[in-house]
Amino acid sequence: MSDPRFHLALRMGDNSLILAQQNSKWCGHAPTLEEDIALANVSLDLMGHAQMWLGLAAEIEGEDRTADILAFFRDTDEFRNSLLVERPNVDFATTLMRQYLFDVWHLEQLLLLSQCPDILIAEISQKALVEVEYHRQRSQSLVMKLGDGTVESHNRMQEALNALWSYFGSFFEDSIVDELLFDLKISSMPSSLYPRVLKQLNQDCLLSTLKIPESEFWQKGAVQGHHTENLGYILAEMQYLQRTYPNSKW
Amino acid sequence: MTTELPLWEVFIRGQHGTAHRHVGSLHATDAEMAMNNARDVYTRRNEGLSIWVVPSSEIVASTPSKKGPLFDPSKDKIYRHPSFYNIPEEVKKI
Repeated sequence: MSDPRFHLALRMGDNSLILAQQNSKWCGHAPTLEEDIALANVSLDLMGHAQMWLGLAAEIEGEDRTADILAFFRDTDEFRNSLLVERPNVDFATTLMRQYLFDVWHLEQLLLLSQCPDILIAEISQKALVEVEYHRQRSQSLVMKLGDGTVESHNRMQEALNALWSYFGSFFEDSIVDELLFDLKISSMPSSLYPRVLKQLNQDCLLSTLKIPESEFWQKGAVQGHHTENLGYILAEMQYLQRTYPNSKW
Repeated sequence: MTTELPLWEVFIRGQHGTAHRHVGSLHATDAEMAMNNARDVYTRRNEGLSIWVVPSSEIVASTPSKKGPLFDPSKDKIYRHPSFYNIPEEVKKI
């Protein structure tokens, strides 16, 4: 098996890349100008993280692939992002809830990785952390306002949370790669993050009047490259240009 | 029924500025959201070191129709400008 750090870098990079691509579809369409710009800022931050992680993955792999080649010339079964980030945008409630759930996980994950003995992983994590702290503060504040807002905003946020919940579990699925990473003391098992993440969600939900679904039935498979149908459509749009005109430059 | 959120005015103190300058306005439900939105909308290009947000409704403005009595009296009082004094060369800025 190849270097387990390659898989970790891919997982971090793919999560950021796919969510950035999804959020960027709101550019020019968000409900208010302020949200439009804020969401585009988040997308750009995530795109920056994806570039660093996929760059690291390419470096660890040591073959001739670059971050761009990893982003534009892999198929769905080679992507390692969680199922949550590939869920369709649907509406602003779903997009915001997806962002919030991602941010809560992302912050905890980066806090751990920023202490990693592998210097490159730690450095990328520390760099991303500054931005992600703000992402989480922002999405958390909006989720609380809308959860505890009007009857309609509450219902829409709750429905979004219910619909996304089983896909959120995809972040906490362990694999053989994670055991290797754990043995190398590079990262902890994904499932070990869940109690901390759940504690944060419970605190926020108390204030937002939203209810965390009780079910812990998780959609699985992303760690082996088994994705939902929607990832194919995302990649088709994202990769179209490079696949049609390979190596074209901006 | 209006669906617009309350309006806020945004003031930014830049990298080299000493005073906050009015840069524009935005919509937000409360101070926290106004601050976040100000950060996202007005400091994307590293413009700011400090942000003030003020509810637009809290700003007391002079009335354009009363500008005569407010401003006209000072128009012909040129002796209020310090242009009748010789400024010593040692004084750099005034």
